[in-house]
Amino acid sequence: MIQLNTIHESPVTRRKLVIIGNGMAGARMAEDILAADPNHDFDIVMFGDEPYGNYNRILLSHVLNGSQEPQEIFLNPLAWYEENQITLHAGKRVTKIDRENKIVYADDVAEEYDVLIFATGSRPFVPPIQGTTLHGVFVFRTIDDCRNIAEYAKDCKSAIVIGGGLLGLEAAKGLMTHNVSVTVVEMGPWLMAVQLDEAGGKVLQQTIEKLGITALTSASTKELLGHTTVTGVKFADGREVAADMVVISAGIRPNKELAAEHGIVCDRAILVDDQLRTSDTSIYGVGECVQHRGMVYGLVAPIWEQTKALAQLLTGKNPQARYVGSKLATKLKVMGVELASMGRISDVKPTDEVVTFAEPGRQVYWKAIVRDGKVSACCMLGDLEPADQLVDYFMNDTPAPSRRLELFFGSGTKAQGADFSLADMPDDKQICDCNGVSKKTICDAIRAGKCTVPAVGKATRAGTGCGSCKTLVKGLIEAVNGEVKAEPSESWYVTAVPMDKPTLVAEVKIRELKSVSAVLRELGTADDEKSKNGLASMLKSIWGTEYIDERDARYINDRVHANIQKDGTFSVIPRIYGGITSADDLIKIGQVAKKYDVRMVKFTGGQRIDLLGIKKDDLPKVWADLGMPSGYAYTKALRTVKTCVGTEFCRYGTNDSTALGIALEKKFQGFEFPAKVKLGVSGCPRNCSESTVKDIGIVASDGGDWDILVGGAAGASVRKTDLLCRVKTQEEAIRVVGRFMIYYRDNAKWIERTYDFVPRIGIEKIRDIIVNNSLGIVEDLDREVEKTIAAYVDPWLERNNPVYAGQFEDVKTVPLPMVTV
Amino acid sequence: MQTSTQTRLALCQIDDLPVGLGRSFEVGETPIAVFRTRAGKVFATDAFCPHKGGPLADGMLAGDQVVCPYHAFRFDSQTGECDQANVCAIATYPIDVAADGGVFITV
Ligand code: SRM
Ligand SMILES: Cc1cc2nc3c(=O)[nH]c(=O)nc-3n(C[C@H](O)[C@H](O)[C@H](O)COP(=O)(O)OP(=O)(O)OC[C@H]3O[C@@H](n4cnc5c(N)ncnc54)[C@H](O)[C@@H]3O)c2cc1C
Ligand code: SF4
Ligand code: FES
Repeated sequence: MIQLNTIHESPVTRRKLVIIGNGMAGARMAEDILAADPNHDFDIVMFGDEPYGNYNRILLSHVLNGSQEPQEIFLNPLAWYEENQITLHAGKRVTKIDRENKIVYADDVAEEYDVLIFATGSRPFVPPIQGTTLHGVFVFRTIDDCRNIAEYAKDCKSAIVIGGGLLGLEAAKGLMTHNVSVTVVEMGPWLMAVQLDEAGGKVLQQTIEKLGITALTSASTKELLGHTTVTGVKFADGREVAADMVVISAGIRPNKELAAEHGIVCDRAILVDDQLRTSDTSIYGVGECVQHRGMVYGLVAPIWEQTKALAQLLTGKNPQARYVGSKLATKLKVMGVELASMGRISDVKPTDEVVTFAEPGRQVYWKAIVRDGKVSACCMLGDLEPADQLVDYFMNDTPAPSRRLELFFGSGTKAQGADFSLADMPDDKQICDCNGVSKKTICDAIRAGKCTVPAVGKATRAGTGCGSCKTLVKGLIEAVNGEVKAEPSESWYVTAVPMDKPTLVAEVKIRELKSVSAVLRELGTADDEKSKNGLASMLKSIWGTEYIDERDARYINDRVHANIQKDGTFSVIPRIYGGITSADDLIKIGQVAKKYDVRMVKFTGGQRIDLLGIKKDDLPKVWADLGMPSGYAYTKALRTVKTCVGTEFCRYGTNDSTALGIALEKKFQGFEFPAKVKLGVSGCPRNCSESTVKDIGIVASDGGDWDILVGGAAGASVRKTDLLCRVKTQEEAIRVVGRFMIYYRDNAKWIERTYDFVPRIGIEKIRDIIVNNSLGIVEDLDREVEKTIAAYVDPWLERNNPVYAGQFEDVKTVPLPMVTV
Repeated sequence: MQTSTQTRLALCQIDDLPVGLGRSFEVGETPIAVFRTRAGKVFATDAFCPHKGGPLADGMLAGDQVVCPYHAFRFDSQTGECDQANVCAIATYPIDVAADGGVFITV
């Protein structure tokens, strides 16, 4: 039965405003009404097809590339709607409108309206070709799309993105972070045809190809190949390219159907006038679903102008408010490439003057079109130094300088020239283009005490879009407040305890907090699993053997000393010191593998052997049969010491790398850190054990000394190590390594690997402390090394005495009682 | 027509449940994860995560939520609701602890 929702307690004079669509435009509409008149007389009701509160769609690319969590991009949580007395029907799609009686219907809900606003946005355009419904074919528009793409990409090696526009490139970049090789396919002759001309498109192509993305232009897709799952695409010219997944980003189509079906006049989108009114005077439209003076926009900036004008009108604050169209000037960052675009660059008349500047070496390309002495369009790529100045010329129709080159190379005559300062910027100057935030709004927030970039972002939204204005925001904070405060939570060791590491360590010591639950009880403000893990690691290094080891503060891998696999079984990697094993050990490993029916026996990237697919119940037995210590492949601890054959066999070796590798691994095994630590030892500068991309690498120099290198990695981040020092002997090498390890252990943030830690502290400072003993702590560090060694117990010995009930038990079976029928 | 009867069954002793952690059971043919929070609350949910089948008893507790060990989706101990959109809630089962420490589940 359909339930009619009318708000009875409201006085008769109240009007009911219904908004269809809870996207960027819909939510902003509601906000703008609240802002225009806090005492407005509307009962606001919103329908959103997506089952959430409102999120920032332009940040989806960040979610896809993993730099932001889905939770982080939500703008208005459900509580916001409640607080502002807005009824939100989330997950409800409006399917019917009764214009005569002014009622909208969605599923089982019906709402009457006095004023109705369409904010239905648009949807991805899927070309009418074969295969678009195959498994592994995606579009990129919603948070669910992001999640599905990311999830599917895990099992993929290659992906094709159809469409080389802004969104297609964002999708491609996102996919790169999931380690798939990406090909972007563009039907037109160059990339980003809307924003760039041919030369610019070519520059962009070179830039992204350098990043490892293949771009195919003038390639028209004819068919997606595959039976149930997509396997590739076929082009009109007959070429086929294989791929494990396809993302279609071939443009958008306004969601106008609902309006059209109910007799509202539409063209390419829902037609609205300067008052944003449709052909029905009670019905309005904002956002990507509308067409205004012939324009359908695909960016957020015009939306902010539309909702603002409409809010003024509807609340009666300014009955003269009109929306007269937007001039689009956007600064974007596509795959790390800076890009600015104003007006329509493809629109060149014979009488226009075209001013270009190109610097191919740096992939810089600037082009401006001057029409009737004014800048009518512009695109800039690679370096946006003069972009603000051009935006100004473009937006304000300022006459272009007669020496046209001054467009790009300002003569200092304009405010934005050489001595341009933030203070001179007019108050209404838009700083954040993504969210339409002016300088004044930001400065007001700063004066109200928001003195960090994230705090300003939270209060005004500035900087929470593409992020390109964050430096300006920071500059404004400096200008208004004198200094930028650091965001406190950024310095916290874990999120559940609002303290940086040194404060936390001090508190823990003073209060003698020896267990995770004690710390959370006394100092915590929340309880989450990541914080528990982090605290456990820290407390263990502070208290050593006195640490009260609560197993519920550990992740499953650290509870059963093995890595959980996707089917609930585990993997077992025994320690193989320095990557050197023996025939007997290999036989033993082979026998164990056979006895327990190990599904896969694999050489790892860390020079040892992984037995995969072991049941939890079998773990203790496998360890006992192997009789080898744990390789700690699961926890934040010393992982492997990779070695090369060195002097023992290699004709180039100058130093005994295997001996040093084994000695290091034996000494430091079981050391736990804020993040994993991997070592490599190479017997000569040829560096066959890849020591220059390890957390700690040791490389024999030509003269036979050892170079101690730190802060390298070659996983999700690749960083070459920094040279800490050069030592003469193996003993010295071990000592320096130990000192560095403890210093890192005690000063790094949770999950901060050395590749972030070393640059954060600075190699000079670390060298001063570890090598030159500038703080006088090296003896303490040495003592700490010995203390940690003394506290080491092979965790696999828990096989004999499980420390908690069911530690190594898969399932307990409880039979149902027999029932007589 | 089918009728379903609810049965209250002895599951284990309270000491069989590790503090702050979960443990997995198979009650008849139903896989169930049983948790005991640090605050002393005992509760039972489906054993597997609706996302990709993560074994929830191998997860961790964050306050009153179970965190799946695979991709860290969270489920409410009371309602079984997931913090992620479009993931269905997991079933929860009534459980009680007798004075002598016997743990009973109703399925
Ligand atoms: C087994 C192994 C792959 C293999 O078969 O070769 C492996 C397996 C895993 N790696 Fe790795 N890594 C393995 C060598 C590496 C290497 C190469 C190396 O160590 O020389 C790297 C790059 C080097 C580096 O770390 O700088 C590597 C970089 C990563 C990363 C990226 C870390 C980063 O901060 O960049 C992760 C993700 C993480 O730690 O968050 C990761 C995470 C993982 C996890 C633990 C993912 C997980 O949470 O389940 C994988 C466990 C699989 C399993 O269940 O067994 N693995 N992983 C290798 C074990 C080596 C060993 O003997 O212990
Ligand atoms: C990945 C990505 C990156 C982007 N990056 C940028 C950028 O950097 N800069 C920029 O300016 N723009 C960017 N855009 C474009 C920008 O997001 C859009 O211009 C903006 O979201 C349009 O807002 P809207 O409210 O009109 O539509 P939407 O945000 O799509 O909202 C419409 C909502 O209405 C709902 N809806 C539709 N029909 C119904 C119905 N019948 N009943 C109920 N609900 C309905 C939809 O589910 C949707 O939630 C990006 C877009 C994407 C997808
Ligand atoms: S083993 Fe490492 S690289 Fe391979 S899938 Fe797992 S985490 Fe990724
Ligand atoms: S399987 Fe549980 S979160 Fe993915």
